[in-house]
Order: sequence, then structure tokens, then C-alpha cells
Amino acid sequence: MEQISRREKKAMNTTDIVTVSKLSKRYENLTAVNGISFSIRQGEIFGFLGPNGAGKTTTINMMIGLARPSDGSITINGIDAVKNIKKAQSIMGIVPDESNLYDEMDGFDNLCFCGSLYGMRKVPREKRAKELLEQFDLTNAGKRPFKAYSKGMRRKLTIAAGIIHEPKILFLDEPTTGIDVESARQIRQLLLEFKKDGTTVFITTHYIEDAERICDHIAFIVGGNIVALGTVPELMESVSHGYTIQLVADTNLELLADELQTHLDSCIVKTGKNNLVTLVSEERIALSPVLQYLSGKGISVFEAKELRPTLEDVFVKITGIEAAKLEKEREKGGMSK
Amino acid sequence: MKTGIAFWNILKKDIQNYYLKPPNISWGIIFPLSWTLMQLIRSSGGINISDIRGMLPGLMAMSVLFGTTSMLAVTITFERKGRSFDRLLLAPISLSTLVIAKLSGAILFGIFNAFVPVILAAFFVDLVGINWSAVLLSVFLIAVTSTLLGLMIAVSAKEVFEAQTFSNFFRFPMLFLCGLFLPISSLPIFLRPLSYLLPLTYGTDMLSGSIIGTSMLSPMLCVIIMLVFTVVFFIYCQYNIHRKWFC
Repeated sequence: MEQISRREKKAMNTTDIVTVSKLSKRYENLTAVNGISFSIRQGEIFGFLGPNGAGKTTTINMMIGLARPSDGSITINGIDAVKNIKKAQSIMGIVPDESNLYDEMDGFDNLCFCGSLYGMRKVPREKRAKELLEQFDLTNAGKRPFKAYSKGMRRKLTIAAGIIHEPKILFLDEPTTGIDVESARQIRQLLLEFKKDGTTVFITTHYIEDAERICDHIAFIVGGNIVALGTVPELMESVSHGYTIQLVADTNLELLADELQTHLDSCIVKTGKNNLVTLVSEERIALSPVLQYLSGKGISVFEAKELRPTLEDVFVKITGIEAAKLEKEREKGGMSK
Repeated sequence: MKTGIAFWNILKKDIQNYYLKPPNISWGIIFPLSWTLMQLIRSSGGINISDIRGMLPGLMAMSVLFGTTSMLAVTITFERKGRSFDRLLLAPISLSTLVIAKLSGAILFGIFNAFVPVILAAFFVDLVGINWSAVLLSVFLIAVTSTLLGLMIAVSAKEVFEAQTFSNFFRFPMLFLCGLFLPISSLPIFLRPLSYLLPLTYGTDMLSGSIIGTSMLSPMLCVIIMLVFTVVFFIYCQYNIHRKWFC
């Protein structure tokens, strides 16, 4: 019986491309990362969220080989990335939080140089560089020096450099920080395309909306500890209690509130400004009886929607970090939303 | 093969981005030229052409020392500051390959610098009788040890100005301690042991032996000592890189 469960466990784990176990990073008087564990499935987008100084960059640096873990293990595609980081790096694409290409080289040469670092020969790397410039809308800028690029273009070329060797897993540190709305949108779109192509993506960000839109699994890290981990619906589920429906009627329903509450005894009814009615219930709320009741009273309903908690609500609830603080950090990082 | 492609492209990139830039080429020409002229007119009150051959070992050694230590320390610190060096550290090539690729550019630049005084001297004096293979070997070994000194500085410095300051802290005393222009025998006795702790002393001695035929030590001994310096410096740099760049 134990044999079967082990086999099952193994089968489940075969889809994990990254396994991080009890990973820690300690400096003299500071524990930057405190024994965190998580795994990433092949082909998914994994979001690593937290405020500035939470340990996101330290974690990513340990995973890509720029920092040595104090404790714990990292396995990437079956390779022990602590002991054999160079082998693991050959299947990784890395996009740091700041563009780190060569200012004096043009876009095309930068891409070719990055390809050469992974042992790509001249002809294939030049072909791939041209394809990437086209894919990233940078063909016309290909012969311009990198230092002449705008922030959004720099970020796009840095991502292109990270994938020139077609890595199995792509690490991106704050990919949309400090760039314009359109570039941020394009980058989110690209990440979804990578996922479609089967590339696994690990992304750190403090833009919760980004993570909510594109990530399959999310981990919240605060003070070096993972405080929540799961899919977006799982995380939502963990904080949502019951169901909430909001209606917009053609008239103010404050006078009808008590009557409505009696009729819908399984719900809590709240009326508000702008002809809003909010129904909260532990059970799913069927909409047609409500609409029929209101219609019978001669009231039209223009809009009815189910209110779900956002990932930001979840983050705030789990971490206790207020939305205002997050907003401040976004501003520090440069507004792109 | 993959390592070879990465190695060659790092070297090519460094040569194109740094060593072949006009300011560095002019530095490589003007610096040895200025020192040659300075030495010629130093104390005798006029230019004495026949002194040129005697000055060549010192000028060549100094040109290599200044060319290599400056360039490597500054370029690595510059790349680390701009974080483009991280890209190299994240490439799937061994740290030794990366270090040797970075060193190779500076070594070639040092060798180029060394032969600028030789080319200039060829216009004024007869260079017949010089053991060129020994000259080349000496220049190569001086370039390697000086470049490794530059790397040691680069690993310790965080800013470009720090790298320049550290470089000068090492280089200027070496000008006087390594027998470039003053024979070691004329140094105060308490300074002489210090001279023998510096690799440039042995490189300059080898150059003197092959260009003007006078040397203190056997060329073979100098080669062995310089190879020992090379290995020790290389291991020390690797150790320090692991300690400081992957913390």
C-alpha cells in the first residue's frame, strides 16, 4: 500500500520542474529567507509576491546561482542547483529586475552575445536574434545602441536576451516595474505566450494585479517566510466567506430594505448610495427570485454582479500589510498601472 | 565546444567594447611614449639615444603593468556596477573559463602595450641580438601576473574610482621596487626583500637578460617563480570571487 502511494507521489512530482525545500539565507544579523519550501510545475506561471525587502530577490538569486543558500535544497529539472548550478543554468533564462545588457552594443549584438554565452553557434543565434527582435517589436531598433532604448524597450530586449537559448524555465524579477502601461501589457501577454509554448515561468512582483491576471500558482512571502501558497482560486477561497451579490436598481431601495430582508431571509441585505443593494449569504444566491420580487414591486434592475475578493484583498488579509503601503511601494517602483 | 564559443565571444566583446576604443589605444601609445621621453631627458640634460635599449626592459614592463592592471580592474568594476557582469556569472560556463576569458583580453592589451616602446625604439637604435622568444615569454608572464593583480583589485573594489585608487597603491611602489629604472642593488637594504615578493621583479629581470644581456637570476628560475605567482594569484582570485561575488 505504501509502495503505491510512493509511486503516486512520484507520478505527481514528475510534473514539478522546481522543488525548493527549507531554503534559508542568513546574513550576519539578518535572516533574509527563513526555511521556505515550494514547488513549481512544468509549464506554469508561478508568482512570488511580497513587499520590498520580503526576500523575493534573495530567493530568486539563490535559485539562479547568484547567492549561496545558508541551508536547504533547490532542485531544477532533476538537477541539484546548489551543488551543480552551472548545469542548472543551461536550462534557465534569467531576466533581472534591472536591464543588464551592454549599453555600448546594439540590440542585435546584445542578443547574439547572450546566445553565445549558452554555446549557440553564429548562424542559429543570429537567426534567433532576428526572430526575437521581430517578436518583441524591436526590429527597427535592432541596430541602435542599447543605451538609446526607452525603459520599456530595454525591458523587452532584456526578456528577449533571457529566452534566446529557449530555456525550459524563465526567471523574471519584477518584470513590469517602472515601465509604461503598454509595455507592461505586452510583457504580460508575452509571459502567457511562453506558458502556451510550455516554458515554465517564475516571476517575482509586488504588482498583485499582474500576478492575479497571469499566475497559476502564487506564494506570498513576508519577512522571509511564505505566508500563503496556492492557486489564485485557492487563495481567494481561503479568505472569502460566503457569496456577495451587488445589484444596481432604478430607484433607491432603502425604504424597501426591511421588506427585502424578510423576503430573502437567508441573506443579509444592505442598501447603499446610488441605488445599490448588496446581498451577502453563506449559500450561493439564486438571482431570479430576487429579480422577480423586485420586478413585482415595479423596480427594474440594471446591473447584477457577484463580488469576489481580489488577490489584493487576500494579500492584505493574510499579511496584514495594508493596501496603502503596497500603493506606496508601487509608486517607489515606478507606476505602470 | 559550447564553452569555447562562450569564451571566444566574451574575449571578442571585451576587445571590441573596451580595448579597441580610441582612448585606450591612445593610452597604449602615448603612455609608453611619454615615459620613454621622460627617461631620455631625465638627468643628463639632453636626449641620449644610446640609452634607449637599456631603458627598454623597464619601459616594456611598466607599459604592461599599467595597461593590464588599469584595464581589467576598471572594466570588471564597471560591468559589475552596471550589473552586466551578472550576465556572465549566470552563463553555464565555469568560473575559471569566465575568469580566463576576461584575463585574456587584458593580457593581449598588455602585450600590445609592451611592444609600443619596442616599435618606437626600432626607429632610433639597433635591436639586433635581442632574444625575441625570451622577450615574448617575459612579456606574456608579466602580462599574466599583472592582469591577475588587476583582477584581485577588481574583486575588492565596488566602484570604478576605488579600483583606480587601489591600482595606483600597488603600481607606483612597484615602479621603484622591481628594478625597472633603479637596480635592486641600489635600493636601501630593508626594501630589497620586498622587491623579491613582487612578480614584476622577475619579469623585468628576464627582460633585461634577453634585451641587454644582464640579469640577476637565471631565466628558468624567473619563469618558475612567475608561474608560481600565476597559480597562487589565480587560486586566490577564484577564492575571493566565490567569497565576495556569490554571497
